[in-house]
Amino acid sequence: MSTKRVLYKMLLAIAVVFVLVWCIFPFYWAVISSLKPNVELFDPHPTFWPKSPTFSNYIKVFQERPFHVNIWNSVVVAGITTITTLIFGSFAGYAIARLHMRGKALVMALILSVSMFPQISILGSLFVILRKLGFINTYQGLILPYVAITLPLTTWILQNFFRDLPKDVEEAAAIDGCSRLRTLFQIVFPMSAPGLVATGLLTFITAWNEFLFAFTFMQKPEYYTVPVAIALFAGRSQYEQPWGQLMAAAVIVTTPLVILVLIFQNRIISGLSAGAVKG
Amino acid sequence: MKAKTKETVVAWWMVFPALFVISVIAFFPLFKTFYDSFFEFGLNPNFPRKFVGFKNYVELFVHDPRFIAALKNTIFFTVVSVALETVLGLLIAIIVHQPFKFRGAVRAAMLIPWAIPTAISSQMWKWMFNDQSGIVTKILERLGVIEPGFPILGSPDTAMWAIIAVDVWKTTPFMALLILAGLQLIPEELYEAARIDGANVWQRFTKITLPMLSSTIAVALIFRTLDALRVFDVVFIMTRGSVNTETLAVYNRVLLMDRAFTGAWFGYGSALSVIIFALISIFAIIYIKSLRLKLD
Repeated sequence: MSTKRVLYKMLLAIAVVFVLVWCIFPFYWAVISSLKPNVELFDPHPTFWPKSPTFSNYIKVFQERPFHVNIWNSVVVAGITTITTLIFGSFAGYAIARLHMRGKALVMALILSVSMFPQISILGSLFVILRKLGFINTYQGLILPYVAITLPLTTWILQNFFRDLPKDVEEAAAIDGCSRLRTLFQIVFPMSAPGLVATGLLTFITAWNEFLFAFTFMQKPEYYTVPVAIALFAGRSQYEQPWGQLMAAAVIVTTPLVILVLIFQNRIISGLSAGAVKG
Repeated sequence: MKAKTKETVVAWWMVFPALFVISVIAFFPLFKTFYDSFFEFGLNPNFPRKFVGFKNYVELFVHDPRFIAALKNTIFFTVVSVALETVLGLLIAIIVHQPFKFRGAVRAAMLIPWAIPTAISSQMWKWMFNDQSGIVTKILERLGVIEPGFPILGSPDTAMWAIIAVDVWKTTPFMALLILAGLQLIPEELYEAARIDGANVWQRFTKITLPMLSSTIAVALIFRTLDALRVFDVVFIMTRGSVNTETLAVYNRVLLMDRAFTGAWFGYGSALSVIIFALISIFAIIYIKSLRLKLD
């Protein structure tokens, strides 16, 4: 019995270490690659630790290319998308969760069906429409599509969240003569702050990570978002891929994401499993 | 009654902005794609619009080997990666369900691959697959799996597998967390009763865990299938669709954005978009149906 117990513990420890290494190693490898000078980077016997670490790749990312502009583009686009989606999504979510309205199921079905749209199926038409509106190479040309693709999950999660809030506070406010909108802004939104933060973070990550639309609708390097800039990262010549700089850029934009995700992990998991498992 | 009418008006105003954006950005373009798929034209004004009926669809299936290859690649990618993600995800979920020290920290770390943008993780892996000094190449060389300097991403036998590896890396931990949520809902008493009845580990797994998890797994599986069928980023960044890795979405973008400016390819590309939409709709309907089953 006790040998069986020891064997179980050993197997479990090995499995856990394996899972951890599997999840973290690529990120770790990007970090140490970004700290290696070129000689070490292209060494035929790569080491798991930089022998003479240097920050030159981090400096060059901003000196030799407009990476700070790309970061700014992503911050603006993902930030405005998040705020807009939260506002639209919480209005729609509240109406569906709480208000009397015919055709609720149809509205919800319409909104949710968008989450299953393959982006490629609307890419061409959307490009033509945005071009007609003069929105190619503009922030709004990317924010609008992002609001549309993030609204379904946001509305769904917030709708679930509002449903779970205690109803009597709102009813008391209504009896005191508080209007629907005032109730919403002064009571419902403050009470749902944790839900709004978690949903906002999910929206932000989705908008920050999106590639296909950004790659198609932003056609000038000064408008590239981070994923596009990283995907099209090029050296001075066709034959030289600056891997050290590329890994530095990857680490710069990944670290804040990783920290945010680690802080909000519980809320993200529950939000997403509610979104995926419940619909 | 009057108050109720007023409430309905407020409610419609509250859902209006969301419905408006979704209609303009998703439903209208989808309708337009469908309409365009019956015409032959390009994005360059030199190619005027010409109605051709179902010709684009027939051409795709009958005269376009590149489409057939992309269809095969997409199905291969979807089947292999979703299968691997489900099996590994279930295995990892069971591991992190066991009590051990730092369990919370391990579960948190599992979100890292999911949080990193695909464009960035693809580049990280592309570096690890580098034929001269990539760490994965070096390890496989050391293990004798490949010859020194073998271009994993440049060879038709291995490139798709490398792409699948990246997708599995990114998605499996997250799938595991979803399955874990389902695992935690299984009452412990069931296992205790089974233990008293003398059921061994394998019997408890197949008779309790799997049946109780089936709806969670089904939903996760279909959800991942929808995602895998439209895969674009990882394929585009790792290989640009070369060496027999082109998927439907990658080929579709070539038609809509590259060829449509130099020839009458936009309608043809729209037809492919419709096919991808139809393919995904089938799985979406299965998804919705399986949800209803769960709700009953």
